[in-house]
Amino acid sequence: MNFDFTDDQHAIKRTAKEFLAARYKPERLRELAEAGEYDDAVWAEMAELGWAGIFIDEQHGGQGLGIVELVILMEELGYALAPSPFFANAAAGLVLQGAGTDEQKQRWLPGIASGEGTGTVGVLRDGGAPLVPDADTAAVLVLLDENGGGTVVTGADAEIEPRATIDSTRRFSSVRATGGEPLGSDTEGARAAICTALAAELTGVAQRAMEMAVEYAKDRKQFDRPIGAYQAVSHRCAQMLLEVEGARSTTYYAGWAADNEPESLPLAASMAKAYASDAGWRVTASSLQVHGGIGFTWEHDLHFFLKRAKTDGHLFGGAREHRDRVAGLALRSGAAVGA
Amino acid sequence: MDLTLSPKEQAFRDELRAWMEANHPGEEPEGDEAAFEFRTAWQRKCHEDGWAGISWPKEFGGRGATLIEQAIFNEETVRAKAPAQANVLALAMGGPTVITHGSEEQKQRFLDPILSADEIWCQGFSEPDSGSDLASLKTRAVKSNGGWKVTGQKVWTTFAHHAKWCMLVARTDQDAPKHQGLTYFLMDMEQEAVQVRPLVQITGEAEFNELFIEEAEIPDENVVGGVGNGWGVAITTLMHERATLAFGLQVQVKIALAELVQLVRDEGLDDDPVIRQRIGQLVTEAEVLRLNAYRGLTQIMKTGVPGPEGSLGKWHWSDVNQSLTETAMEVRGPEAPVVDGEWTYRFLRARANSIEGGTTEILKNIVAERVLGLPKLR
Ligand SMILES: Cc1cc2nc3c(=O)[nH]c(=O)nc-3n(C[C@H](O)[C@H](O)[C@H](O)COP(=O)(O)OP(=O)(O)OC[C@H]3O[C@@H](n4cnc5c(N)ncnc54)[C@H](O)[C@@H]3O)c2cc1C
Repeated sequence: MNFDFTDDQHAIKRTAKEFLAARYKPERLRELAEAGEYDDAVWAEMAELGWAGIFIDEQHGGQGLGIVELVILMEELGYALAPSPFFANAAAGLVLQGAGTDEQKQRWLPGIASGEGTGTVGVLRDGGAPLVPDADTAAVLVLLDENGGGTVVTGADAEIEPRATIDSTRRFSSVRATGGEPLGSDTEGARAAICTALAAELTGVAQRAMEMAVEYAKDRKQFDRPIGAYQAVSHRCAQMLLEVEGARSTTYYAGWAADNEPESLPLAASMAKAYASDAGWRVTASSLQVHGGIGFTWEHDLHFFLKRAKTDGHLFGGAREHRDRVAGLALRSGAAVGA
Repeated sequence: MDLTLSPKEQAFRDELRAWMEANHPGEEPEGDEAAFEFRTAWQRKCHEDGWAGISWPKEFGGRGATLIEQAIFNEETVRAKAPAQANVLALAMGGPTVITHGSEEQKQRFLDPILSADEIWCQGFSEPDSGSDLASLKTRAVKSNGGWKVTGQKVWTTFAHHAKWCMLVARTDQDAPKHQGLTYFLMDMEQEAVQVRPLVQITGEAEFNELFIEEAEIPDENVVGGVGNGWGVAITTLMHERATLAFGLQVQVKIALAELVQLVRDEGLDDDPVIRQRIGQLVTEAEVLRLNAYRGLTQIMKTGVPGPEGSLGKWHWSDVNQSLTETAMEVRGPEAPVVDGEWTYRFLRARANSIEGGTTEILKNIVAERVLGLPKLR
């Protein structure tokens, strides 16, 4: 029993943290977020580092590592709030690798792994997918239906309408398919892995928002004392830590399950997504409260984090939906699973 | 990351499971006295077969097991619904405190009877006017020939009515700053000068007591860790309290949750959307408790010091256990207040969770100050 990363995984985390901190300094992040743009040069560097294909099999041009490594990157991307097609592309890789036919894998995975032909995934609702990340630039789109199936489409087979969301650090569109071909097999595992990746991003976002709150609470003085000395503030910060660590634990566990114990993944991933969706919102909102008026201004960076957290919380099933799924699994098996 | 047990841990668990199965003493009898005797007999049996003091060093009669193995032991005990060992406070806190701060003579004198449950211990820290602010305590010890005379009052003392020894913190220097004037004693409970009065709890039972102490005698050799060092020694006791608590507790929560899920099905509320949201939340929170506890253990094994996960555990557990028992009451609906010896008892008992072993507010202070580095309000 050992919950620690391997040396290689620690190295991936360290490199990612340093790389992202250097590329997405606050001024640069703001510039991109306000313009609703990504930085193509940085995306090319990420692809160069092998990130885009981190979990994709070597035979399809990837690094052949696992979901734990993807989780590590996603957490750091969330911490940096990187505006980037990384997530959408990884989601497409997860679905195609997990549920694509051999032909679909051969056709699409190499481009996804090299970052040269990115992909994305949307969830269908009443025939269309209302909110698909990075659909406008994707070479391949996968639309998941309610029955665990999915359709692979290209831009030529789809109507893609850009949509503004509160999260200006990620680009979204609505997508309606006019053609396409079905996936080869069930998407449950891939969907769970996508949820795990999002939970990791939420963990990183929440970690950063908590750090901002703690720093501010140490510096800001009112009534002659740092505000962090007041329990209404310090207990709020302690609560943030509880929720950030909880999100991290469930996410790491789901990542581990994806790689080592796939039968535990659906439950683990839904727990992670439910918990991290709540934690992401609550911690960022709580951080805003600690910041007072300055936290409500456009000028302060916090709102970008809060908006990403809220948006991630609603992607691929919100907390309510995943909690219900967890309850369903527990009620079906007749036991609190894992006891 | 490897979240499976290593072959050695697996072997430990298998051996323990087999032993538990062969030796399980059955259902605990009702009534405080009978239950306590039952737990004492159980601890004796555990001790004979080498299952008392799991993580104590071998030289002091323990098993010398790793922290993970200790966690496995706690888990398996709960899973098998085996009784608690009678001398819980001494096994988890008193013994480790003597091992860390005690003299060679104290180790010889006190450790063995703890393991065999021949001498039961209680913890005399809290006083009527000193709870969270423990260092403000007033029970005083005055130097006398070859020892000390102690006078004062203690409260909420669990198991005092069964105990031979009390871990007692008393003030030995009235003039020193409040944290520096304290000394840690082992007080013999079997003397006229110590009166124990049971306190009936909200559940109707009496697991804790008041202690009235009037010139009780404690010889010099029962000072632990030196005169005036009582605060530091007491902290060791409290650290052990919180560190070891987490483990059995998270499994208890999982088992209670399985029972709650069954209750939901029995009541036909499987499809009730509100109850489903509660269940989904509780299953997730219980898993967070378990995973945080394991991440904390990994941290301790790696660095020798508990990480932030450890400090959060006790507080989080009390939140989860309280909302679990509240949900059970909700599921039972109009029948909920009926005394059933099961859920109503747990529901009431859970109110202590956020008070005993340090209140939630105090634990949040600790997290804020020691983990996040926020300033103290002084
Ligand atoms: C079931 C049970 C068993 C126990 N067993 C033992 C035992 O065996 N031995 C022993 O010595 N003690 C024992 N205790 C005592 C326990 O440790 C104390 O009750 C606890 O530390 C709180 O102290 P208090 O009751 O005096 O409450 P107080 O300290 O008076 O607290 C009252 C309220 O004020 C809050 N508060 C106090 N200070 C602060 C602060 N600085 N900031 C914010 N809020 C604050 C508290 O959180 C609480 O909500 C037991 C208690 C219970 C319930």
